[in-house]
Amino acid sequence: MWQADRTMANPKASDILGHVLLVTGPEEFLNQRTVSSALAAVRAADPESEQSETMAASLTIAALGDLAAPSLFSSIRCVVVRELEDLPDESVDGLVEYAAAPSDEVGLVLVHSGGQKGTGVLNKLRKLPLVTEVKSATLKPSEFGRFVAGEVRSHGGRIDDEASALLVQAVGQDLRALAGAAHQLTSDFPDEPISESVVKRYFAGRAEVKSFAVADAALYGRTAAALEELRWALDSGTATVLVTSAFANGLRGLARFMAAPRGMREADLAREAGVPPWKIRVLREQSRGWDDRGVAEAITAVAQADADVKGASSDAAYALERMVLRVAGARSGR
Amino acid sequence: MTTVAPGAVWRTLVGQHHVADTLARAAAGQGMTHAWLFTGPPGSGRSNAALAFAAALQCPQGGCGECHACHTALAGTHPDVSVTRSETSMLYIKDMRELVVRSALVPVEKRWQVMLIEDADRLGDAGGRTANTLLKSIEEPTPKTVWLLCAPTLEDVPQTIRSRCRHVALSTPTAEQVAAFLVEKDGTAPPLAAFAARASQGHIGRARALARDEATRNRRREVVALPGRLTSLGACMNAAANLIDIAKDETEAITDAANARELAELDATYGDDRKAKASRTYRAALRELTHSQKQRQKRREMDVIDRSLMDLTSVYRDVIAVQAGAPGALVNEESRTDVADLARRTSPESNLRRIDAIFFARNQMSEFNATPLLTLEAMMIALRV
Repeated sequence: MWQADRTMANPKASDILGHVLLVTGPEEFLNQRTVSSALAAVRAADPESEQSETMAASLTIAALGDLAAPSLFSSIRCVVVRELEDLPDESVDGLVEYAAAPSDEVGLVLVHSGGQKGTGVLNKLRKLPLVTEVKSATLKPSEFGRFVAGEVRSHGGRIDDEASALLVQAVGQDLRALAGAAHQLTSDFPDEPISESVVKRYFAGRAEVKSFAVADAALYGRTAAALEELRWALDSGTATVLVTSAFANGLRGLARFMAAPRGMREADLAREAGVPPWKIRVLREQSRGWDDRGVAEAITAVAQADADVKGASSDAAYALERMVLRVAGARSGR
Repeated sequence: MTTVAPGAVWRTLVGQHHVADTLARAAAGQGMTHAWLFTGPPGSGRSNAALAFAAALQCPQGGCGECHACHTALAGTHPDVSVTRSETSMLYIKDMRELVVRSALVPVEKRWQVMLIEDADRLGDAGGRTANTLLKSIEEPTPKTVWLLCAPTLEDVPQTIRSRCRHVALSTPTAEQVAAFLVEKDGTAPPLAAFAARASQGHIGRARALARDEATRNRRREVVALPGRLTSLGACMNAAANLIDIAKDETEAITDAANARELAELDATYGDDRKAKASRTYRAALRELTHSQKQRQKRREMDVIDRSLMDLTSVYRDVIAVQAGAPGALVNEESRTDVADLARRTSPESNLRRIDAIFFARNQMSEFNATPLLTLEAMMIALRV
C-alpha cells in the first residue's frame, strides 16, 4: 500500500487547509514522509505560514479551542498532532467536533502510530467528509525492490531490477535506510542508470543472512562460503541456536533421505524425510558427496555445538565455526 | 544409646532401616537439629523419608501412623508442614522468599514448623541467588523450625546450603525389597512384582508404575528393544525420534487432563461472560497458565526421556555382565536372548563407551538445555552397533 503514499506525494495546499489529514499505519517512515509533504505543500503556498507540532496527550479542551479560534494575525497555520492514540478521553468529542467543520485557515494533521489503542477516535474521524486518511502498510518482502526503484525515480534516476534487489539484500528491509541509500546513489550518479556494480561498490556485504543459508552452504561442501555466511549471520544478530537448529534440520532431512528405500515416489520420500516436497531435489543434490559415516559425524558435531552455544563452551562464535568446518570436513571425508 | 522402636510411619520406607532408626531417635529428641538434607538416587524415597520424618516430628508418639497429626502430615495437609515441590525445571526466587517468611512463624500446634523442599537440587541457578535467599533461614531458623531438603546427591546442592545441613543418605533398595514392598502394599502378583522391581532398578515409583500399568510396560519394552536395532544411520535417526514420541505420549497421558482441569478452573473464576473473557486480566491469567503448563510439560518430558536413558543403560549393563560372565540376574532378564545376541556382536569396551555416550547426552540436556531430538540423534549414532 505504499503507492497510497504516492497519491499524496504532492498534495496541494488546498487539500490540507480546511481539511483534516489522518495519517495511520505501522510504517513510521512512510507516515513521516506524508506529514513532511503536507507541511511542504502549505509552506509552498504561503511562506509566512505558521507550523507547529504537539503531542496528542497534551491536547486539552482549551488547546483544542485555540486551534479553531481566529488568530490575531490571521495567518495560515498547519498543526501536526502526533501519537493520536494518547489523546485524553475528554478531548475526543472536541476534536471530532472540530474535524466536522475545520477552519479554512488551519491544516490539521493527525498522526496515529498504529496498533489497537485509539481506534475509537479513528473510526469517528473516518466518517467525516473533510477527513482524508493516508494509511501506510508494512511492505511484503517482494515489494522492497519496487520501493527502491520508486525512490530512485523520484530523485530523477533509474535503477534496474537486479541492482535494486542487491541493494535490498545489502541494506536490509529498513525503509529509512533504503530511501537514504537510494538518495545517496542518485546524487552521486546523477546522469547514469544505477547498476549492480555501483551498488556493490557502495554497499558490499549482506544485511541479513538466514541461518539455513549457512547450513545449505556447508551441506553442499562450500566451506569458505559457509564460513562467510556464518559471519554475516552472526554480525547481523542471528541467534546462535538458530544456526545449530538449521544444521540439525538439514542433516536430519539428509540422513532420513539417504536411509529411505530406493525407488520411492517423491511424495512418499518427502514424508519419509520429513521435508516439504520441493526440498527433495535439494536433498538429492546434497546427498551426492555424503555417506552414512559422514552424516553421522556431522550430526555428532552439531549436537556438540548445540550444547556449546548454550554454555558448554565460552565462545559461541568459535563453536559454530568449528562446527561448520567439521560438518564440511565430514562431507569430503568419503 | 537407647533404640527407639520405629513407629508405623517408617514402614513406607523400603530398605532404609539405618535411616529410619536415626530419624526416629531424632524425632524423640536424641540428636535433633534444625536442618536436614536427604540424598539418595531417584526413586529411593527421599521425599517419603522426609515426609515420614515430618509426621514423626508432629506426632506425640513419634510417628504412630494412626493419629491425626500423622495422617495430615503424610497427606500434605498439616498446618505446620509446608511441602515445596517444583513442577517446572527450577525453583523460583519469589517462592523461596515466601518460604523464608513462613519459616519464621510459630507452629500452630506448638510442636515443629517443618519446611520441606522436595527438589533442592533445582535451587541452583548460575548466581546462586535463589539458594542464597534461604541461607540465613536455614542456618539459624527460629527455635521451632526445621528444614528438610531433598536432592539426588550432595553435589546437587550448593556448598553453602550443604554445609548447614545434617546429611541423611538413603541407599538404593534391593530388587527383593522393592518386590516385597509391592506385594505387601499393592497386592501385586509376585512374578510381576519381581519383574517391576528388577526393571526399575530400585526406583520405587517406577516399579509401582510398571506393576500397575500395561502401557508403561509396553513403552519400556520398546525402549529396551532399541539397542539391537541400531544398525544403520536411518535406524538411529528413527530410534531418536521414537524416544521423543514415547516421551510425548507418556507426558500427554498425564498432563492433558490436568491442563484441561486448570483451564476450566480459570474459566470458572472469571465466569462465562464474554466480556470477562475479553478482559486484559483474563488474557494475562490465561497466558501465565499456558506458560506454566508448557514448562511443566517440558519438565515431565525431560523426566521421561531421562528414565528411558536409564532403561537403555540397563541393557548395556546387562550386555557387559553377560560378556564378563558375571553371576546373578540380569535387569532385563526377559530379553536375555537379545542381550546375549548383542553380547556376541559387541565388545565390552565398546559397551562401556556406549554407556558413556548415554550419560554424556544426559548431561548435555540437563546442564546445557541442549535440544533433546538432536542430542538423542547424536547419542544413538554413538550407540550404533
